[in-house]
Amino acid sequence: MSVLHSVELEVNGIPVSGQVKARMHLIDFLRDMLQLTGSHVGCEHGVCGACTVRVDGVAARGCLTLAVQANGSKIETIEGMTESGSIADLQQVFLTRNALQCGFCTPGMLVTCAELLEQNSCPTRDEIRDAISGNYCRCTGYHAIVDAVETVALERQEKKRQKMSVAS
Amino acid sequence: MIILRGLKKVKAPDFDYVRVSTLAAALKQLTTGGDVRLLAGGQSLLASLNLRLSQPDKLVDISKIKGLSGITFAKGMIKIGALTRHCDIEASPLILEKLPLLSMAAPHIAHPAIRNRGTFGGSLALADPAAEWPACCIALEATIVVLSQRGERRIQAADFFQGLYATALEADEIITSVEIPVDTTGAVAGFSELARRHGDYALVGLAAQGTKANGRWSKLKLVFFGVSDRPIVATEAAEKLIEGRGMKAAQDCVNNALDFSGDDVCHADTRLHLARVLLGRVVKAMESRGQ
Repeated sequence: MSVLHSVELEVNGIPVSGQVKARMHLIDFLRDMLQLTGSHVGCEHGVCGACTVRVDGVAARGCLTLAVQANGSKIETIEGMTESGSIADLQQVFLTRNALQCGFCTPGMLVTCAELLEQNSCPTRDEIRDAISGNYCRCTGYHAIVDAVETVALERQEKKRQKMSVAS
Repeated sequence: MIILRGLKKVKAPDFDYVRVSTLAAALKQLTTGGDVRLLAGGQSLLASLNLRLSQPDKLVDISKIKGLSGITFAKGMIKIGALTRHCDIEASPLILEKLPLLSMAAPHIAHPAIRNRGTFGGSLALADPAAEWPACCIALEATIVVLSQRGERRIQAADFFQGLYATALEADEIITSVEIPVDTTGAVAGFSELARRHGDYALVGLAAQGTKANGRWSKLKLVFFGVSDRPIVATEAAEKLIEGRGMKAAQDCVNNALDFSGDDVCHADTRLHLARVLLGRVVKAMESRGQ
């Protein structure tokens, strides 16, 4: 039962291999074995969203994924997304809009919001609220987060428009 | 030392794990004895393990079996592979065109990150009484196709869900696909649920489909979920609407005879009241879309 399973996966672009028990969650593998402590552990049963990371390009709960299940997968954590600069604008507006206070929910919130903006470049406030319904924030009351996502959506559209007008 | 820290954190009970790449291998695993569970998306199973609500001996990861996911349309039927993820149904233009009820229901299933991993077959096999897919399958008269080493079996959705997390599935069987007939008589779908937070388990939900022509309902199916130990078909309420007796008469049929249950978040009488409200809203919305 307590056998160790070999896993090989790619984390933030870096190949990683390890030996894990079947019951080790992906989030614990990332935090405790790889020291990638940006993603947080909250409720541990899929409700709070603090552990949300990207598995093969889509947002997933680190506490509802086993490390062995992720064998062969590509994982991206908040550390990787930060380094790549892909959500730099979102992070900046979270800061200026006070969309975080204690910051515990923020990494998961950013992964969720980044995916929303990829799938829907112009979400309504209701759509933003629906999208972040699976991410608990106990500080902000959500208004500032919705503001931030809405702001980034508008900024990105404006940038796209400017690009297109330059191109034409 | 780093590894020790990781191993100290024990949430789920100890279990064995095996990943299979073929259906045959998965079926064989189910006959090896002990408490063996299939792991597909794991979005409910892993939560129940973390909470130690279940302690299986072995998890058989079927998520990489080829050919068990995807949505196809042939001979008037939509076929949904058991490993098709909720998000794929939500985003499918084919489903939107042929089975809009499923498109309406999908956004209500938990949250985006859960829908990215959870599977259609997994939801049916778990048979959570508050889940959306079982109610939709009953409303759409779906057939659930299951396989074991003994052969294939086809089970009507209405017979499949037998109680709290209880289905007609035998211990050695796997759901492989679900076949859903596509209506060609201009049926309209209706779906709504009441939950305290978007994506939470519904206090009351309703999946409905029916045809309205010349001011009259026909083939109307009303299936409530989150109200009892299994989805509840409101046959009498549908009959009242088909007979043209009006919404009040239909709502009056949503009463104690329907076997709703209460729990610590919602009393049974409250559920019945909310179900009547929901019935009015959903049918009104369907009428505005129908003829």
